Amino acid sequence: MENLTPEKVTQLKVKANQIRKLIIEMLEKAGSGHAAGSLGTADIFASFYFHILKHDPKNPDWEERDKLVLSNGHICPAQYAAMALSDYFPLEELWTLRKIGSRLQGHPHRTSLPGLETTSGPLGEGISQAIGMALSAKLDGKATQIYVIASDGEQEEGNTWEAVMFAGKNRLANFTLIIDRNNIQIDGQTEDVMPLEPLKDKYLSFNWNVIEADGNNIEEFVGVIEKALAEKNKPTVIIAKTIPGKGVSFMENDFRWHGKAPNKDEAERALIELKIIEKNYA
Amino acid sequence: MLNPYLHLNEDIFTKSDLKPVRDGFGEALVELGKKNPKVVVLTADLKESTRCEEFAKEFPDRFFEVGVAEQNLAAIAAGLGVSQKIPFICSYAVFSPGKNWETIRTTIAYNNSNVKIAGHHAGIVTGADGATHQATEDLAIVRSLPNFTVFIPCDALEAKKITLESARIIGPVYLRFSREKTPLITSENTPFAPTKVQIFWTSSKPQVAIFATGHMLYYALLAAKNLEKEKIQTLVVNVSTIKPVDENMVTQIVKKCGAGVTVEDHQVIGGLGSTISEILAKNFPAPLEFIGLQNTFAQSGEAKELIKKYKMDETAIMEAAKKVIARKHH
Repeated sequence: MENLTPEKVTQLKVKANQIRKLIIEMLEKAGSGHAAGSLGTADIFASFYFHILKHDPKNPDWEERDKLVLSNGHICPAQYAAMALSDYFPLEELWTLRKIGSRLQGHPHRTSLPGLETTSGPLGEGISQAIGMALSAKLDGKATQIYVIASDGEQEEGNTWEAVMFAGKNRLANFTLIIDRNNIQIDGQTEDVMPLEPLKDKYLSFNWNVIEADGNNIEEFVGVIEKALAEKNKPTVIIAKTIPGKGVSFMENDFRWHGKAPNKDEAERALIELKIIEKNYA
Repeated sequence: MLNPYLHLNEDIFTKSDLKPVRDGFGEALVELGKKNPKVVVLTADLKESTRCEEFAKEFPDRFFEVGVAEQNLAAIAAGLGVSQKIPFICSYAVFSPGKNWETIRTTIAYNNSNVKIAGHHAGIVTGADGATHQATEDLAIVRSLPNFTVFIPCDALEAKKITLESARIIGPVYLRFSREKTPLITSENTPFAPTKVQIFWTSSKPQVAIFATGHMLYYALLAAKNLEKEKIQTLVVNVSTIKPVDENMVTQIVKKCGAGVTVEDHQVIGGLGSTISEILAKNFPAPLEFIGLQNTFAQSGEAKELIKKYKMDETAIMEAAKKVIARKHH
């Protein structure tokens, strides 16, 4: 990973904002999809695709690449936008999201779109799949780092903890989990639906290295990834606090935007707000 | 008579050599381990009874114990299978593909990951453990998944050949194994033809085709031999690949016989019987009778007792054959 200069931080912030604008446009055109989590993780996706990941968009199957697994597949608009901005495919293809014949399925499908590492949507399955990839890299002596992004809601899935136990037991250090801790899920606040706290202690007790960070602060997020990579003896989880709907005032922290797309009017208002943010970076 | 071209076990009706089908799987895993460094094996706390213990001893680096966690078992394998590995996952069929079916659907089938699922303790012959551990719906739930190949070996020797073959297939494979010792029907020299059905019992003027799968083939052959004494001529067909099924040959066989009986240690809904029905409904509608579990759960007991109680033994097959022949004439 290169050094993160102040100029690079600004560039990444601009990328994150571009991702957000694309998310709004994609969802509005699709007429359905998940706005809040996609917007909330735009800074994380910008950090990965434009700074952290060792990858080659023109050669998505490059054997030496790092792998980014998206476990909570419903926030794929953020990933699709980051991939398009990285030149995995043309930007215009984003407007095919959720439409018939599209490579951009409503939830990600690995064999439809080169560059996707997995197929996801049903929750709680991504961590296990990433573990499989980490084991394979370890067996082959490859330096590949496996990252997996999961939601906080999917911490409620039994499969999540099956995977957490396994990674702790096997001391998988080529493996980093990022939990998007935005405190919302479809039916409401996570702590009302099914309390997850103390989440940090749960992971500590499973023999994980645990780091908490602000997932909307790119400088801080990249910094903790570097810390995670320095841990060579156990898996790391970064509990990344994010604001669902980040960047669009009327969506922020409102669980009703978890599984909703903006209509034309809402999209216009959202884009006006995001354009103001972009001007401030210029 | 037994098909002379297939080098079947000629002693099958006199002194039958018994061996658990699952043993063939275990032997094949070790052979694969030696031949192919990509082969890895995972189990969910069932190393011994799923016969991956030998592999675990010989190749500890390529063996992973995931504990009692079948969803994790399937999804870790899915990750390995898209990372140049050939994972075999070993558990009881009621748990995998039973308990973890959606995980398999999403991360292995839809994701088209190169995972081989070994479902052990299939069928009511699992016996004393009772219905909780007797997988009798696994074919229905796996057969309906796109991208899957589904194999059911009839004995330990075929199990070994099928396991070796599954590693050559790129994509998801389900392998169904039963627990207890059953007769060796084939020999080392019996050719294994993946995706083909094989006629194990031939007659010059067959009146009915008996399609059987897995260890039930033995009962089908016993029935054929007894029916021959009663001057009823049959064909017994080994359907060891249930998906993709040999549609053309199944149709030709029923065209020749005019009627069929299906025999499986599985619910009659969704397994072999349904597979043959689907083919015939499309290509050559003909009377069929179904031997298998009749929309009920079985219970604890010895394998043979259960097979008799649930009307799946040679006597039941003979009755079904006579019944279906009678239906032909009306």
